[in-house]
Amino acid sequence: MGMKSKEKMIVEGKRLDGRTPDEIREIEMKVGVIPNANGSARVSFGRTTAVAAVYGPRILHPRRLQEPDTAIIRCRYNMAPFSVDERIRPGSSRREKEISKVTRLALEPALFLEKYPETVIDIYIEIIQADGSTRVTGINAASLALADAGAPMRDLVVGLAGGKLDDTIIIDLCGKEDNYSVADIPIAFLPRKNEITLLQMDGQLNPDEVKTIVKNVLNAGKKVYEKQKEALKKKYHK
Amino acid sequence: MTEVRKIVLPGEVLGDSKEKKSGYGTFEEEGGVISKFIGIPKETHDYISVIPLSGVYTPKRQDKVIGFITGVERVGWVVDINSPWLAFLPVSEAVDEFIDLKKTDITRFYDVKDVIYAQVDNVKRGDIKLTMNTPVARKLRDGITVKIAPSKVPRLIGKEGSMINIIKDKTNTVIRVGQNGVVWLSGEGVKKAIKAIKMVDEKSHIIGLTNEITKLLSD
Repeated sequence: MGMKSKEKMIVEGKRLDGRTPDEIREIEMKVGVIPNANGSARVSFGRTTAVAAVYGPRILHPRRLQEPDTAIIRCRYNMAPFSVDERIRPGSSRREKEISKVTRLALEPALFLEKYPETVIDIYIEIIQADGSTRVTGINAASLALADAGAPMRDLVVGLAGGKLDDTIIIDLCGKEDNYSVADIPIAFLPRKNEITLLQMDGQLNPDEVKTIVKNVLNAGKKVYEKQKEALKKKYHK
Repeated sequence: MTEVRKIVLPGEVLGDSKEKKSGYGTFEEEGGVISKFIGIPKETHDYISVIPLSGVYTPKRQDKVIGFITGVERVGWVVDINSPWLAFLPVSEAVDEFIDLKKTDITRFYDVKDVIYAQVDNVKRGDIKLTMNTPVARKLRDGITVKIAPSKVPRLIGKEGSMINIIKDKTNTVIRVGQNGVVWLSGEGVKKAIKAIKMVDEKSHIIGLTNEITKLLSD
C-alpha cells in the first residue's frame, strides 16, 4: 500500500521474520473446534488465526429472503476487538461488510446449493488474531468448516495472498509487510481445476508481475491444500 | 491405533466415469467421478458412491422419523424432524375417526412438545408431509431423546439390527431410532445406552465397532 518504510524490508533475500520470498508461514489447522456448530475449524498462518463455524442448511428467516430453487449463503467476517494492536471498535465496519461479501462469493462456486431450496447456510468467521492475510485465512477456515458440516462441495477452497515488497515478489504477507508493500493480491481458488474464485488487488503492479504472483500463489496453494486434507482426515484418524 | 475405514474428501477423484456411474454423494466432471462429501467410499458393480460422515437429514418418502410437535394449526400440526425444513402432519393422516374441526380442539390428540414416531408421506421441495397411517407410528410418551448424525443411523442399527439389539438387550431399554438421527430411549439403563449411542456416533468409521460396544456395555 501507500506507506513508505525507512528501513529495508528485505535484507539479503530474507524477510522480516526470516522467511525467503517464496516461503509461506507455519500453518496450523484443526477441524471440529465448536461442538454446537454443524461444522467448524480453526486455521493459523503464523500469527493470524481465524475460527469459522458453519450452521445449516437450516430454515431461513425472514421468509422473504428464501429462494424457491436454491439455498443461500450468509457469511459474516468479523475481527475481534482484541485481534490487533490497537483495539478496533466492535461491530460491522465497511471493510468487514466488503470482506464478508467477497468471502461469500469465493465459497459459493464450490457448493451444490440446489439440493436445499428455501434454506440458508450460515458461515461465521471470527479473526481472533490478525497479522496480515486475514481474509484468505478466513476462507481456508470456512472451507474446512463447510466440509466438516457435510455440505455437498465440488472441491475445497484454498486461499493465499501474494504481493510485491520493495522490488521483490513475495507470498503470504504478514501484517507489517502488508502495510509497507507496493501491492498485495489475495487469491482464493478451487485446487482441482485451479479455478480462481477470489482475486483482489490493492496497489500498483504491471501485468507481468500480476501473472507471476498468480502463478506463485497457485503453486504454493498446493501446500495449503495438502494441509487442509490432512486436517480433515485427522479428525477421524486419531 | 484402531483400524479405520478409508476416508475420501470433497473434490477427490474416485474413478473414471466411463467405467463406473456416479452414485449417491458423487458427481461427474470431465470424465471423472468425484466425491461431494467427507465420507466412506462404496464401490458396487457399476456405481461409485460416498456415504457422508456428517451432514443434515434430507427427508425421503417412507422414511420413519422421530419428530417434535412445534405448532398446532387449524388442520394439522407443524413438526420439527431435525431437517432443514419443517414438516406438516394433517389431521386426516393422524386420526382414524371423523373429526369435526369446527367443534374439536385437535390438541387433545397431539400438542406442542409431544414426540411422535411417524413416516414421511411425501416430499415436494421444501414441503414435507407426514403420516401416522402405518402400524409402527405412535406417540412416544416419557423417555428421552438424543441426536446423532443422520448419516450414521444405518451404523447404529447395524446389519439386520445387530448393533441396536445388543444395546437394547444389554441395557434393558426400549429404543426407537428415527432415520433423521433422533433416538428415543426409555427404560432402566438409559444412561449406559446413551453412552453407547454417542460412541457409535463418534467412532462409526472404525472396523470392529460392535465388539467395542459389547465391551463397553459389559463393564
